[in-house]
Amino acid sequence: MKNLQEQNAPELLQEEKSVFNSPLERRSFLQFAGAGAAGIALMAAGCKKDRGNDPMVSGGVTLDFKNDIGVLNYAYALEQLEAAFYIQVASNPPSSFSAAEKAYFQDIQFHEIAHREFLKKVLSTSAIGSLDVDFSSINFADRTSVLNTAKAFEDLGVAAYNGAGVRLTTDAYITVAGQIVSVEARHAAYIRDIISNGSFADLTTLTALGASDTNGLDGALTPDKVLGIAKTYVKTQINVINL
Amino acid sequence: MNIINIIEEIEKVDGEIYERLSPRRSAMKDFFNMGKKISLAAMPLALGSMFQKAYGQSTPTAVTDVLNFALALEYLEYHFYNHALVAAPTLTIPAGAPTAAITTIRNHELAHVNLLKGALGGSARAEITYAMTDFTAGGLFPLVYSDYLTFLKVALGFEDTGVRAYKGQATILKGNAVLTTALQIHSVEARHASHIRQMLAANGATGLKPWISLGPGGIANDTGVSAVDAVYVRENNDVQAGVTITGIATGVTKAAAVECFDETLTKAEVVNIANLFLRTGFKL
Repeated sequence: MKNLQEQNAPELLQEEKSVFNSPLERRSFLQFAGAGAAGIALMAAGCKKDRGNDPMVSGGVTLDFKNDIGVLNYAYALEQLEAAFYIQVASNPPSSFSAAEKAYFQDIQFHEIAHREFLKKVLSTSAIGSLDVDFSSINFADRTSVLNTAKAFEDLGVAAYNGAGVRLTTDAYITVAGQIVSVEARHAAYIRDIISNGSFADLTTLTALGASDTNGLDGALTPDKVLGIAKTYVKTQINVINL
Repeated sequence: MNIINIIEEIEKVDGEIYERLSPRRSAMKDFFNMGKKISLAAMPLALGSMFQKAYGQSTPTAVTDVLNFALALEYLEYHFYNHALVAAPTLTIPAGAPTAAITTIRNHELAHVNLLKGALGGSARAEITYAMTDFTAGGLFPLVYSDYLTFLKVALGFEDTGVRAYKGQATILKGNAVLTTALQIHSVEARHASHIRQMLAANGATGLKPWISLGPGGIANDTGVSAVDAVYVRENNDVQAGVTITGIATGVTKAAAVECFDETLTKAEVVNIANLFLRTGFKL
């Protein structure tokens, strides 16, 4: 709840600013006009916001995909999740981790922390609050549990960035998203190879994430699909509008 | 290949795909029925002509140029690995995991060639054949097809170049469904690069990480192979979108800051690298 208080005010500001200053782009208009239920939900959210007391987001954070801020906050949410996971692994790795594995999980931890802090800085006052994670399904003492979770996070992260890139409208953000996603893919390949050497790019196992082995394509998923998978690990309710 | 899946994937990022493909649903049905009859080998071509119809008329030249540029790189990568696997008797790639990995990578590069060719349709560039290539790079890597380590080093150069090349072109594809496909290829190249780095590390390249780290003394090239310096220019950069990453949180060293963002290469930089491996008369 504390997080919520922190992020409501800037979000309101953002909402107002964009309504008054942003031209309604054709693409977002089509999305708005075409998405019946989502449109109604958005209007409802808008009405409630006017009263300054919004029960729609009182249970968590809202990712508003009407602009790049929403996409970056989406990435910020995922990086928060990854960083929290690796901080826990790196600070207390499974006993069977080799020295090299411990060192590389330390590396990955700092990569994800840096991604998280970078996005927070870029988003500035528009950043969503801190998410509460739920890692109750992970056994951090068990090598297999840790590695499989790491693999799931990395493969999902790659699919998330791949699917979200097309939504970005600012050149600098498109480039930065590309700069991050290839590092996530390097992580994914490394973790997969620890689990089973040679599985670094086994696209046949990634079809649920949108991959195609025939075409040599990695995963790519829309935010709603990604968040549907990620929600197992997040206590904070993540609301999505304008998708 | 599940074509329905591919179209559904595109639908996720382009809600109007069905309308683009055909304003009449019955025509789509005809296509799917036809799909069942034609051979798998012909599918990329059929797909290509379909997308050509869907996007073709409005495909800007800049987008076609990016795809043709990508196609040229994928031809190079494919021939590099394919020759190693099928026509380099003096090169010994160890049986088992190493051969399997190189085969996996070769297959992906071929899939990329076919996908890009199909997507470009009649706008596709001329084929690059093995005969047009020179993977010794004019004598820079004379042992590329006789020494396994040299082969891996050149392979890493190709993969890290590929990763950086796709990233460098991403903004030209802004808002276009083609960007999603390009990103899906791009992250596969990054997975390849990660694995080749692990293969090199397992063969004596001590300390070479799956991700591009800071080179000795703070240089951009972390591979220890100075002949591939051009592949790694600016990889020691730690400022992203105006934000200094080193020290952004406790424990984020310069090395971590460099590792956690891959850098881009400009088209001109990539062309210079690619041309090292193309014979005179066939350079980009």
